Order: sequence, then structure tokens, then C-alpha cells
Amino acid sequence: MTQVERQAWDVVVIGAGGAGLRAAIEAREAGMRCAVICKSLFGKAHTVMAEGGIAASMGNVNEGDNWQVHFRDTMRGGKFLNHWRMAELHAQEAPDRVWELETWGALFDRTPDGRISQRNFGGHEYPRLAHVGDRTGLELIRTLQQKIVSLQQEDHAETGDYEARLKVFQECTVTRIVKDAAGEKVAGVFGYERESGRFFAIEAPAVVLATGGIGKSFKVTSNSWEYTGDGHALALLAGAPLINMEFVQFHPTGMVWPPSVKGILVTESVRGDGGVLRNSEGKRFMFDYIPDVFKEKYAQSEDEGDRWYEDPDHNRRPPELLPRDEVARAINSEVKAGRGSPHGGVFLDVSTRMPAEVIKRRLPSMHHQFKELADVDITAEPMEVGPTCHYVMGGVDVDPDTAAASGVPGLFAAGEVAGGMHGSNRLGGNSLSDLLVFGRRAGLHAARYAQEAAASGTRPVPDDAQLDLAAAEALRPFSAEDGELPSAVSAGSAAEQPAGPAENPYTLHQELQQTMNDLVGIIRRAGEMEDALHRLAALRVRARRAGVEGHRQFNPGWHLAIDLRNMLLVSECVARAALERTESRGGHTRDDCPEMDREWRRVNLVCRLSDPSAGLAAPTDPGRGQIRLERRETPPIRPDLLNLFEKDELVKYLTDEELTQ
Amino acid sequence: MSAYEAHFRVWRGDVDGGGLRDFRVEVNEGEVVLDIVHRLQATQAPDLAVRWNCKAGKCGSCSAEINGQPRLLCMTRMSVFSRDETITLTPLRAFPVVRDLVTDVSFNYTKAREVPSFVPPEGLGPGEYRMQQEDVGRSQEFRKCIECFLCQDTCHVLRDFEQNKEAFAGPRFLMRVSELDMHPLDAAGEAGIDRKRAAQDEHGLGYCNITKCCTEVCPEGIKITDNALIPLKERAVDRKYDPLVWLGNKIRRREG
Repeated sequence: MTQVERQAWDVVVIGAGGAGLRAAIEAREAGMRCAVICKSLFGKAHTVMAEGGIAASMGNVNEGDNWQVHFRDTMRGGKFLNHWRMAELHAQEAPDRVWELETWGALFDRTPDGRISQRNFGGHEYPRLAHVGDRTGLELIRTLQQKIVSLQQEDHAETGDYEARLKVFQECTVTRIVKDAAGEKVAGVFGYERESGRFFAIEAPAVVLATGGIGKSFKVTSNSWEYTGDGHALALLAGAPLINMEFVQFHPTGMVWPPSVKGILVTESVRGDGGVLRNSEGKRFMFDYIPDVFKEKYAQSEDEGDRWYEDPDHNRRPPELLPRDEVARAINSEVKAGRGSPHGGVFLDVSTRMPAEVIKRRLPSMHHQFKELADVDITAEPMEVGPTCHYVMGGVDVDPDTAAASGVPGLFAAGEVAGGMHGSNRLGGNSLSDLLVFGRRAGLHAARYAQEAAASGTRPVPDDAQLDLAAAEALRPFSAEDGELPSAVSAGSAAEQPAGPAENPYTLHQELQQTMNDLVGIIRRAGEMEDALHRLAALRVRARRAGVEGHRQFNPGWHLAIDLRNMLLVSECVARAALERTESRGGHTRDDCPEMDREWRRVNLVCRLSDPSAGLAAPTDPGRGQIRLERRETPPIRPDLLNLFEKDELVKYLTDEELTQ
Repeated sequence: MSAYEAHFRVWRGDVDGGGLRDFRVEVNEGEVVLDIVHRLQATQAPDLAVRWNCKAGKCGSCSAEINGQPRLLCMTRMSVFSRDETITLTPLRAFPVVRDLVTDVSFNYTKAREVPSFVPPEGLGPGEYRMQQEDVGRSQEFRKCIECFLCQDTCHVLRDFEQNKEAFAGPRFLMRVSELDMHPLDAAGEAGIDRKRAAQDEHGLGYCNITKCCTEVCPEGIKITDNALIPLKERAVDRKYDPLVWLGNKIRRREG
């Protein structure tokens, strides 16, 4: 077989963002030897980009808050498609996960009585987000990173080796989950070191996916290069299903100018702290976009909305703080109606709402970002903002309590790569708490699973044939035909002549991003999505010929060529599921099916690989595709949780049949 | 502003050596240097190695030297250069080259492990911590650090003297010691850890002669020298005489 470096660990965690690091800490503290594999340097994961805060109903600012209220807000935000058990566990455990960070050295902003301060955010009934200015994600990642270091220091004191029980393999990419020879259980992972290009295999009975999202399949996105849907694709290829892939969150406020920064996130804290949205006529247009399901919960006048910041008990919140899907659609409509800003967004203004010093203190990185990148002083003038692809609600179908992936023993998933928690739309602030709550659970149950495998002497052994296949797959870009950089090949001729000239992976990536942005973006239509599926099929054929120059040492072209497989797989999931769901809900808006349909709430769309045994032999018939869709009924919500809502509200979401059960 | 063609010189090579390569490349309005590097990858040099992540100055990955100055590629706008200026990109000089603009920064991770972690106070459970904003504010400034290691790169103690790396942790990790020392609830003392003595004896605080180069390159605007290093020297002084504390006081007084 291929010569690769092999190591054995108990638990492998793929990804070193909030979920991955929290999982690793838990697995190590449960006594397992844990390896973390991440594509970037340790401490650079996309979690650092999170700005606003961590949602947890500690009740430090408003004592009325508790987990039931948080649960309700989360279900409403997701339009009741959330897996109720995940939303319940999340709301119950989030405060403990935040407090625990303090014992590891985190320093959140404080209330006057010295507790953790909490701020308002879209869709949250009370001030709920623990934060550090607008750099909460950095605090989270640094705290977890430093906790890992402290565990390594303990191990060093005991064994003389920092990495005896917890090791971070940084700048490494996993390309395959490897199973045992029977193809049943997880047996380890295969990957390459980015720096040297060398292959490695790690044997482990339990693997936790914590790879984040898929935003790099879209042109305008707040996501970094790492977000190529690796975990989603690894799960599919290992035989695990994905759910809810049609739900992609477009954050309402990304930068729109200059072009090179288009998509970079503008935190929701701007609105949580008092920022307002205006169109080119100076109108606060969000008052025109409050949907029926939220009518009673939002201010009907600017005066009432403004009073709410000081007196939330007697006024309703301003509609700028509606859930993200509502605000993003509203901005999209205003721009389409010709009331946009000069660069195709709308105006977001804090300069007329707060003194300059307060803005600089509460939103320091926004101030810095606009000043440095756009020559805009947000203390003196409005920002221009527009929707940007931000988050995927869909992901690996998991057991809510254990984070175990359906159907693949030994595989776990937590954080953005897992599906179900957020339903059709995620509330701001619920991501960081999701990472910690389910990262911990995934680490704990992966450790238990690994322990049982060890105790029963049934540690699976990676199948050599699969390792050989993985190595061949990873090397394919170097043997692509020709070596010439791209030439225009039409989809049709490509299908007939698989042996065309080599393709430039950067060009393929740009075409993929344009396709998803234009045809499966924020507003969707059946015809466009069908078109997208055809284009994806053609890109898939061409991607088989993605070729690279140079050698394996730190070669970004090669890395991208490999990542294309993952982006194409998840993009097909998004397009197929979005075409199938003939309604509008949360992060899925159909121009041709604009209403939310209560019958569709009972349906999860499940994506599976159509031919899991195909391996390298991806189909060359563009019409066939690689993904098979199934419909699955959502589990009924437990009655005591349903009782947390008024009947009047439930009738908007649940079918009559469900209500009478 | 219209598009124009800029002249770039980019260091290409690896541990065995390399040199500057010339490129002519398109520049559009509002772009930053990292955009130009990406355009080079997409059109002329697909295997050009560079680190980057967030492209918004939040992760500290894309550190390199632009015309010899340590900078983040993503936060350096092309508009700061004149159109006929040649822009030279080289890897961080204080660390060994891996390939092109990528360096081996493992030195920093080694040093990070040598600083004893936060010690939670006995008798206070999760949720029982009470701290005032003005007390956490000092350490919070240092926790803004995005670990771009530009301060480590520019610090001449490390940049010019490879042999100092053993004894000197560099500004980033001395600041970490200072951050923990200023944490209102850190119980290191109770656990028998003397952070001030360790700063002097184990992390080489005495090597720092407060030239403030680290502060100047910090993309987060952290006052590393004034707020972290000089106070640490001051607090260490009852344990060990350091003439630079005296000098530091003079310099700060002059500013005030």
C-alpha cells in the first residue's frame, strides 16, 4: 500500500474552532488521547470572526430570562423546524458553558455589579449575549486555545511530553474518513500536511467533525477560505446523511464597498446597540417588513422602537432586530425597488444614534474595519451594507444528545457542520453557544465510544484499500491531462470527452461561486435552481481535470483542487434540497413559492450520496448527480415544550393535525 | 479611480533559498495587498504560498513584510502606495522560511506553552466570578491580540539575534504574562507561581529595552510597551533591579 505516516489516537477531532476545541478538551478530560487536526494555524479558526456574543440565558441584565424563554426564541427564529431536543439542550446548557469559560481565564465585559454583561440581539427577547466588545469570537477561541495549552502543561508535568494526550496537528487537511474493511465503522482519517504535502493516516475509533460551514461556495460571503464544506462532504462520503441543506443564512449586513471587501461581516451588535437601517429616501424601512407571525412582538412606530432601548418592559423592540432572514430579505427588496445606496446596499447608521466615544468603545473593530478598508468613519457617517452568505443551518444528521452521526458508528459532528439545531434560520449569538454545548457533548460521547471500543478489544483497523484510494484521489491534480492552464470547454463536449485539457482550479472555483450566488442565492426560483444543477454537473466533470503546477509543498493551487470536490458536493445538496422545498421558510426564500406552508414544517429533506461505493469513479453523466434526496418526517415536539407557547402562536406553524394530537 | 497595472516583487523560494520575482499585475479600486496576491495566484502563480483566513484583520494569519515593514497583507490598502512604486513582498524575517511568504512560526507556539496558564481562584465556582469593568479592562486590552506575531518579527532582540530565541519569549508572550498578572482573579500566587519573577528569569524580560517597535507594528493598536511591558518591569523591580525601569519611567513621564 501507499507509504504514509501512521499514528494511533483515541479520538480525532477535525477542526479547531469553538466546537472542535471544546470537543477536544472534553475528550482529553474524559481520559482519552485526542488529536485535533486543523487546516490553519492553531488559534486562527473562523470562530475568531464571530463578533456579537454568546447567547446564554444567565439573566444578568434582565432577570426575566431563563432557558425556556431562550428555547422559545430559538424555535421562533428557526420557524419551528429546529430539532426541539437540540434547542432544549442548547438553551439549558449554554449558561454553564459560558461560566466555565471564565474559570479558564476568559474576560467578558461586565455589568455594574461585576457579573457578565449581556447585550440585545435580533430575535432574543431579553439582553442575552455575553460579549467582549465586538470581538467575542476571538475571546472564545483564545480561551479554548489557552485551556488546551493548560492541559498540555499538565501532561508535560506528568509525562515530560506536552503532546502525550492532546496534540494539535495544525495546517493539515483531512480528505477522507477511513472505515474498517467491512465498511461499517469509523477507523480513522486520511489527510495531508499542507506545509510539506506529505500524507498521513491516523487510526482512531472515534472521529468528531467540527469543520464549520460551506460559505466559500458562494461569491459574496463572510466566510474564510477554510469554509469549503469539508465536514459535510466527509460525512456524505462516509455514508452519513445531511439534513436541512436548503437553509443557508444570508446575514443582512455585510460590507458592499469597496468590491474587494464585499461580504465582510458587519456585526448585528450595531443594530443591537441602536443602529438603524435606512433606504436612499432616508426612511427606516424595516417597519414595512414585519411579518404576520411577529406582528405582536415588534414596535409599530419609530418612537416606540427608540423607547425600547431604555425601557424594554413597556415597549416593543424595533424591527431592525427581527431575525436575520427577515432583515436580509427586506434589504434585498429595498435595493430591488431602486431605494438602495450608491453601491447597491442600504444605509446602516449609528452615527446619529450614539456619541462617537460610545461607538468606539462598544464597536471598536467595526470602527477600525470601516476606517481602514472603506475610508468610512462610522461615528460620523452611515455604513453601506447588504446581505452576505454567512452560515449554513443544514448539516450532518446527528443524535441530539450524543452528537453521533446517523448510520456511521464512530462518527460525531458538532457546531456548524451539524444540522437540526437552528431549524430554518439561526439567531445571532446562538452559534457560539451551539459550538460549546454540542462541542462538549460530541467530545464526551466520542470519548465514551472510544473507551468502549478499547475495553471490548474491538478497535477498528483502517482498510488499506481505502487508504490507497484516498492517496490516489489526493494526487490526481498532479496528473491532470496536459498541464496547460484553462481553455474554454463547453459542458457538452466535456461530458463526451473526459480527457480534455487541464482546468485551472481557481477558475472553476470562481464559476462555482458565481453559479451558487446567482442561481441558489438569497431569493430562489425553480428554473434557476434547475439551471444551477446543470452547471454544477458540468463543473463536476471539469473539476476531475483540475490540474496544478509545482510540487506538493505548501501549494495553494493543489489544496483548492482537492477542496473543489467538497464544495461541489455540498453545493449540489443545497441546490437539490432548495428545488424540492416548495415553500419559503427562514433561510430558504422562493420567489415562486413565497408562503410558508405548515405541511412542510413536518418535513426534513435528507441528502445522501447516491452511490457511496463509487469512490473515485464519479459519474460523468452530468444529469445524474451525486446526491439522492429523501423526505423524512420531523419528530413531534414534546408536549411540555409546546406548552411554553400560546396556542395562537402555534397555529401559525403547526398543522391542525399536530395541534390536536 | 481606475484600474492600473502595478509592479510587484515577491520573494519566492523555500528553505534551500530563493529570490525576488517580478510581476506586473492589475489593481482595482479599494483593493488591499492580499487581493493582489490572490490575483497573482489565480492568474500567474497558482502555487504561490501565502497564509490568510479572515481578510478583515481579525485572525492575524497574513503577516508578511511589505517594503521591509511587518504588516498584515489584508489591512494594507493599495492606495497607500503611488502607482509607479514597486511593492516588495517578503516573508517575516525573524522566522525560518517554509515557502514563499509562509514562515515557520512554531517558535511562538513553543513560547506560549512556557507561560503558566490562568489559575482559577479556590472557592469560586462557575458563575460566581465578580469583577469590575475597570479591573478587567487592562487585561482585555492585551486579549485583543490576534497573534499575528508582527511584534515578534519586528523586535530586534529576536529579529537580529537568533541566539536570543532560547531565553527571550518576545513581546507577545511577555504581554501574556502581564495580562495574567493583571487578571483580577488569577490565583497564581496561591499556587506558588511568581509571574513577575518568571517574566524576568524565564521569559527574558530584561532583554527588552523598550524601543516600542512592537507597539508601532501592532495592527490592533495595543500599547504593548507602555501598558504591558513597562508595568511588568516595574512590578518585577522589587525582586530585581532593572535600569530600564528607571528609563521607562522617564520616557512615560515625558509623554504625559
